[in-house]
Amino acid sequence: MIDYDKVLNEKIKEVKPSGIRKFFDIASEMDNVISLSIGEPDFKTPWHVREEGIKSLRLGNTKYTSNKGLTELRQEICKYYSRRFNVEYNGQDNCLVTVGGSEAIDLAMRTLINEGDEVLIPEPSFVCYVPLVQMADGIPVVVETRQEDNFKLMPELLEKAITPRSKILVLPYPNNPTGAIMERKDLEKIAEVVKKHNLFVISDEIYAELTYNGKGHVSFAEIDNMQERTIVISGFSKSYSMTGWRLGYSLAPKPLTDAMTKLHQFGIMSAPTTAQYAAIEALKHGDKDIADMRDEYNMRRRLVVKKFNDMGLSCFEPEGAFYAFPCIKSTGLSSDEFCVRLLKSKSVAVVPGSAFGESGEGFVRVSYSFSVKHIMEALNRIEEFLGEIK
Amino acid sequence: MDKILKILSEDSNLTYKELAAMLGEPEDYVEKQIKQYEKDGIIKGYQAVIDYDKVKDAEATAYIELTVTPEKDTGFDKIAKEIMGFEEVESVYLMAGSYDLLVSVKGENVTEIAMFVARKLSTISSVVATNTRFKLKTYKEGGIEFNSEEEADDKRSIIL
Repeated sequence: MIDYDKVLNEKIKEVKPSGIRKFFDIASEMDNVISLSIGEPDFKTPWHVREEGIKSLRLGNTKYTSNKGLTELRQEICKYYSRRFNVEYNGQDNCLVTVGGSEAIDLAMRTLINEGDEVLIPEPSFVCYVPLVQMADGIPVVVETRQEDNFKLMPELLEKAITPRSKILVLPYPNNPTGAIMERKDLEKIAEVVKKHNLFVISDEIYAELTYNGKGHVSFAEIDNMQERTIVISGFSKSYSMTGWRLGYSLAPKPLTDAMTKLHQFGIMSAPTTAQYAAIEALKHGDKDIADMRDEYNMRRRLVVKKFNDMGLSCFEPEGAFYAFPCIKSTGLSSDEFCVRLLKSKSVAVVPGSAFGESGEGFVRVSYSFSVKHIMEALNRIEEFLGEIK
Repeated sequence: MDKILKILSEDSNLTYKELAAMLGEPEDYVEKQIKQYEKDGIIKGYQAVIDYDKVKDAEATAYIELTVTPEKDTGFDKIAKEIMGFEEVESVYLMAGSYDLLVSVKGENVTEIAMFVARKLSTISSVVATNTRFKLKTYKEGGIEFNSEEEADDKRSIIL
């Protein structure tokens, strides 16, 4: 008998399974679960974008592309970042097309981290950063964000977490799970700390198109002198509702892009070709689709926030992504207990905030990437649940 | 189009309070707007979208294409009005293309509708020709998909 425990890499054994996953295993065994838990848009990819994908197949474009991705796509990505976020990149030198934003995050970590380097990760945040840092021999260092600061990364708390070994800061804004955004003035303060401590920044801007209240997204690369020390990560999944196409990209200084390309070319070869053709269409003619989806999310967002506050669960106003992060401390339950009991008694699934880091304890993540009808039904059941546990 | 109308056209069950929250507008503003739309006849009514295929003793529906001779002064309006008057008639549209009026009719069964067409519609003097098409099944209506098996099927899987 082989002892597989001895075969496995030591680091992968240390990686904890996703806390979201664990919770869903319970939900998947129940019937009639109504979910507000999925972190994926509910819209279909705009038809004209799908059509371009189909057309590329009809024309027989089914081979690898160049490692970095189609030249036209990389040019369109750079034009888009310039047009929308005011940062200039060169498609040839600075852009790498990846299999979703997640691959780009992995590449960035493995390209920058030497053994023992510390990576600063604001939490609550998406679950992939810590394990990817661990696998790259880095040391994840969590920086807490708090409701009283609207879950923004505060420079003082960042400073406190910095040591001589700190090398990279992850900036996950607009944020999953809190819906927090960082405005220009917030980023400028972070930039000062970054400069002072000579940090490098991985700015995960995958939700950049989903900001509300007229506060457009500000890219960290646009802040003075930050472009040279920033890897911007983004993709097509959230903005164009293209999750299944698996297409993302990084924008970074040339030496970093070249190094990431090495890893990408050996591990992946090139991102899916069909998706790349569709993405060109999305960038060229997809602005209205983005605006329409944003409008729809915005209505749901306001409805969800109002409903939670009305039922007595204080919910700070999320200004980005498609999540609300209501506080459930008033119920006296832990995040885990709240979610399990809600699931068992009302068949409603939301995700415990603790799955996104310890500072998420006392909160739950509610996704509003569902129809208004679906959201209303789930919220009504949550309200009933609150009445029953009083 | 005003967002209030767009939301209501998809779900007229929402309360003023919920609509106000969604739109980020005060509740009394929303109420006033809706009342105004009703008064101006822009909102004509609120109806349930029913999947008749699932209702026992459901009615039959037919779409009848009518070719008519327009009248000198009133054009198609007078004949449309005459047709609207029959209680069997659900909707009447003036169309561009190879016929003039599209009329949808509900009846207890196919025979009843056929008799209605033969006795009441065809006999109107300005009706030149009729072409009756019976509905077999509804797949989608009012933006709502009717196929019950797929209705609840959210194809998104749980990833992270």
